[in-house]
Amino acid sequence: MTMDLWAITKRVAFYALVIFIVVVAVFPFYYAILTSFKSGTDLFRVTYLPTSFSLDNYSAVLNVGDFPRNVLNSVFVAAVTVLLALFLAITASFALSRVRFRGRGIILMTILAVSMFPQIAVLAGLFEVIRFLGIYNTPWALIFSYTIFTLPFTVWVLTTFMRDLPIEIEEAAIVDGATPWVIITKVFMPLMWPALVTTGLLAFIGAWNEFLFALTFTSSNATRTVPVAIALLSGGTQHEIPWGAIMAASVIVTVPLVILVLIFQRKIISGLTAGGVKG
Amino acid sequence: MARIELKNIRKSFGLVDVIKGVDLEIHSGEFMVFVGPSGCGKSTLLRLMAGLEDITSGEMYFDGQLVNALAPSRRGIAMVFQSYALYPHMTVYENMAFGMQLAKSDKDAIKERVEKAAEMLQIGQYLARLPKQLSGGQRQRVAIGRAIVRDPKVFLFDEPLSNLDAALRVATRLEIAKLHHQMNNTTMVYVTHDQVEAMTLADRICVLRDGMIEQVGTPLELYQNPQSLFVAGFIGSPKMNFLNGEIASKFGATTIGVRSEDIDITDREGAWKGKVIHSENLGSDSYTYVDIGTDEPVIVREDGTSKHAPDDAISIAPQPGRVYRFDQAGKPLKN
Repeated sequence: MTMDLWAITKRVAFYALVIFIVVVAVFPFYYAILTSFKSGTDLFRVTYLPTSFSLDNYSAVLNVGDFPRNVLNSVFVAAVTVLLALFLAITASFALSRVRFRGRGIILMTILAVSMFPQIAVLAGLFEVIRFLGIYNTPWALIFSYTIFTLPFTVWVLTTFMRDLPIEIEEAAIVDGATPWVIITKVFMPLMWPALVTTGLLAFIGAWNEFLFALTFTSSNATRTVPVAIALLSGGTQHEIPWGAIMAASVIVTVPLVILVLIFQRKIISGLTAGGVKG
Repeated sequence: MARIELKNIRKSFGLVDVIKGVDLEIHSGEFMVFVGPSGCGKSTLLRLMAGLEDITSGEMYFDGQLVNALAPSRRGIAMVFQSYALYPHMTVYENMAFGMQLAKSDKDAIKERVEKAAEMLQIGQYLARLPKQLSGGQRQRVAIGRAIVRDPKVFLFDEPLSNLDAALRVATRLEIAKLHHQMNNTTMVYVTHDQVEAMTLADRICVLRDGMIEQVGTPLELYQNPQSLFVAGFIGSPKMNFLNGEIASKFGATTIGVRSEDIDITDREGAWKGKVIHSENLGSDSYTYVDIGTDEPVIVREDGTSKHAPDDAISIAPQPGRVYRFDQAGKPLKN
């Protein structure tokens, strides 16, 4: 009998802990969604269950100012960053995993080292480079800087993944008359979908949520991306912070990510483990 | 149709010399087998012929044309790998058609060639499947089919049977032998460490040891006239019995070798007396392991089944004229 009691207690304790963790993790998002549907003075009453429902905040965000434009900017910047990073990373990882040359190990270590610098450390230098290239206050400034920060991780993951692809398959393709480019596109890429989806999605999320570079390298409302736009949303007066609009905007920009992750989640899981274990 | 000539071919990986000067001529349409223990450089030599590795020094000719610097796809070769090396994401048809598609061949021509090769290997019904839906034997047939579609002048096999189980290995060996008869214009080079495969498939065998050619000849030449102790020991199953010391010096040699089928169980003059260790009965013949005081037991082959129990006293003697004599350097002494 006492055994049963102990087992039940353990169970209850376990689920209590699970619920506690879930609540703590999810609450901020829940509260944001809840707040986004409130309007007027409701906003400042603390409630934990939906009390009123209004879409005023959403229409305000979408119809006033440059917010739709900012969303498009974000989509453009994130998408181009992903494509550019994947293209460079695939070709680089082919060289790093398959071509024997002097200094390969050093290059790999350097790539890893680059990713350890905090953003703020390179901000000033990067700003100079961007001014020099003449892409300040354009989406290309962001694409450029995000690609730099995404590439180390992407290259590293894809290199590990490509190293595990059997060398005989590549040799069979060479005998069949394939050039390196054909080997990459027709033989390796189809085998690397899980890794490409994983790294691509992480690059997308990184670019989508990035704030510091986006704030520094853009100056006009029309070129800003969503995170900066949300932070700079202003109300009717200087002293009014439009919480409702901010929450609505946050929900709007989170939804695409949630959808993307849900679509690709199975690939992500297989991708994250694929490089480590011989499969 | 291609005659292959290797002239003083060397290959080093860094400081390690793997191929140490190989001269060899492979006739057009010949089935040549490279055999040797692991690490002897046989696979490396094949990969040099394929163009997958660069030749360090020496010259290689296909039909008189120097191919040292020629890309694999332009040498007119096809290769079958030990691990099949099929493209996992392509169907059997796409696997076989890939090379021709890259060469921008006509669609109908590709279809015709793939279907012909598939029919030859009886994989016609699997054309729409993916490699992972096939068994090991079927995969290796697809790999061979992919090579056939390329219509190569030289067909290279890198231990194609090692990943198959025993029964499939025999069946696929037969397929390859049939293929050689059907494609008698195609030069075939085959690497294996299994001397049975070498004996059964080869027109000529090239025994390699430590990056050098030990002996080249037809299977029977190697079996009957081994030019070294190494070849004598490597070719033939079970292994040739080697005897040293006093027994050998009676024959005027440092080492003598006797094949198990050349030993009689007899009481005649000069027979070796010993004790039975174990008898293996295979039905049609049997092998008896006899301890006559040497390091290794002597293996004796008998027709039919053997009647010897362990620890039985037994006398054995080599048949006259069937003793291979070797000097200290392992070279054969003339009889």
